[in-house]
Amino acid sequence: MSTKTIEEKQYLVRFKCDTKSHLTILDHEVCMTKCPDKLCTLFCPGEVYKWEGTRMQVGYEGCHECGSCRIGCPHQNIKWEYPKGGHGVIFRLA
Amino acid sequence: MPEKFDVIVVGAGPAGTACAYVCAKNGLKVLQIERGEYPGSKNVMGGVLYRKQLEEIIPEFWKEAPVERPIVEQNFWFMDKESVVKFGYKGLEWGEEPYNNFTVLRAKFDQWFAEKAVEQGSLLINETVVTECLVENGKVVGVRTDRPDGDVYADVVVLADGVNSLLAKQLGFHKEFRPDEVALAVMEVINLPKEKINDRFNLEDNQGATIEIFGDSTKGNLGTAFIYTNKESINIGVGTTLSSMIKARIKPYELLDYLKNHPMVRNLIEGGESAEYAAHLIPEGGYNSVPKVVGDGVVVVGDAAQLVNAIHREGSNMAMASGRMAAEAIIKAKERNDFSEAGLSSYRDALYNSFIIKDLEKYKDAASLFEENPQYFQYYLPMLNKAMSEFFTVDGVPKKEKQKAMMKMFTGERGKLAVMKDIYRAWKAVK
Repeated sequence: MSTKTIEEKQYLVRFKCDTKSHLTILDHEVCMTKCPDKLCTLFCPGEVYKWEGTRMQVGYEGCHECGSCRIGCPHQNIKWEYPKGGHGVIFRLA
Repeated sequence: MPEKFDVIVVGAGPAGTACAYVCAKNGLKVLQIERGEYPGSKNVMGGVLYRKQLEEIIPEFWKEAPVERPIVEQNFWFMDKESVVKFGYKGLEWGEEPYNNFTVLRAKFDQWFAEKAVEQGSLLINETVVTECLVENGKVVGVRTDRPDGDVYADVVVLADGVNSLLAKQLGFHKEFRPDEVALAVMEVINLPKEKINDRFNLEDNQGATIEIFGDSTKGNLGTAFIYTNKESINIGVGTTLSSMIKARIKPYELLDYLKNHPMVRNLIEGGESAEYAAHLIPEGGYNSVPKVVGDGVVVVGDAAQLVNAIHREGSNMAMASGRMAAEAIIKAKERNDFSEAGLSSYRDALYNSFIIKDLEKYKDAASLFEENPQYFQYYLPMLNKAMSEFFTVDGVPKKEKQKAMMKMFTGERGKLAVMKDIYRAWKAVK
């Protein structure tokens, strides 16, 4: 079967997770008070960003390292680094 | 004293590896640093690799490289919700050596290519992130890595660190990109038996087909979708500028599923088994987004230099050509022992005199025209579908009246003048 949901899609991808996040929300207040649309929760292709009412949850473990969130955050509120060498997403095909 | 190299190449994609290969082949001492577990593990491409630019580096590479299928048929689809207008070309000359282009799976291909550079004497280190360029008196003298005692020195550092190029940004060669300068693309590799692919796409075993899809594949947003045939799988993907995706509040994976379930598409992948999902940015700012590409002790190649022709879906070939040109400039600089910006400037000259920058310059206004004028995708493509439906439907209306009705349909809603203006502007942007 071909996938139907983002959960099924992410399940196909191999990730070697680092113990610490390579993505950092610089100021959670900005997400709370200045960003009604929370765009990163929409366009992030790995559904890494989830708004939990008062705080942006960052599921860095499922990050494809595309860079969209760094460029697309309207408040430049995401510090974006590469995961430690050898860690993060490991594409086997594409 | 830490070890010093002639050249450090940051990144083992097509641009970096082309550069490492040519440098090593010419006797330079090369270190290539890759942050992934292996070359290709961080890299994503729809899947079309053009033959010419790699052949200039490795003659007859297709005899040993892990290519999937040589492409003999290329199609454009202009799709509406329940219809599609198709335009394409199939030619058996592309099914014979030296071929025109191939589908490839990047994780396999990039490993093979990097191994070829190693065979030429380049030293490849995986699983290592370059965190910054080491700069002394305004000159790049090496790189800092995330390994203990991780500083390494070289006469020239080649930035082949991909679309995000944090290193070129660190050097001030470019500012942060805007959301309209990059496209966000997502794709799936879907396994299908070879026989099914051959039947559905009307192909023989060693023939491939490509389809680029405009219109409803992106729900009218600026972008394209694609379907490419591998040996025993299909790559299907879709991308729009990040700005369009933001404006339309689209989730990229939902757009991909919309495409996969589209009545014009779903039968092609029916029964397939998803094998991988991948997302990546494509540098689509074109000519106006190309950063400074040469500095003292440093050159920028490939995606890091934003060398992508989105209109003709060329990127990896430009990456390889730019890597080769950079290598040739470094070899010249080595002969004169001058690694300053002036000493390396023959790379910039070669790049700007080549098809790469000439093509980017040709289309420099196209992206912004289509971004600012959604009517091309949202009005004309559905209209084209209606016109073709009208043209092919036999309903007793005389053909002359039909033609009149079709012309009226095109000009009706927008008015003749606006349509003429749109046609003129589009022609100007791509001429």
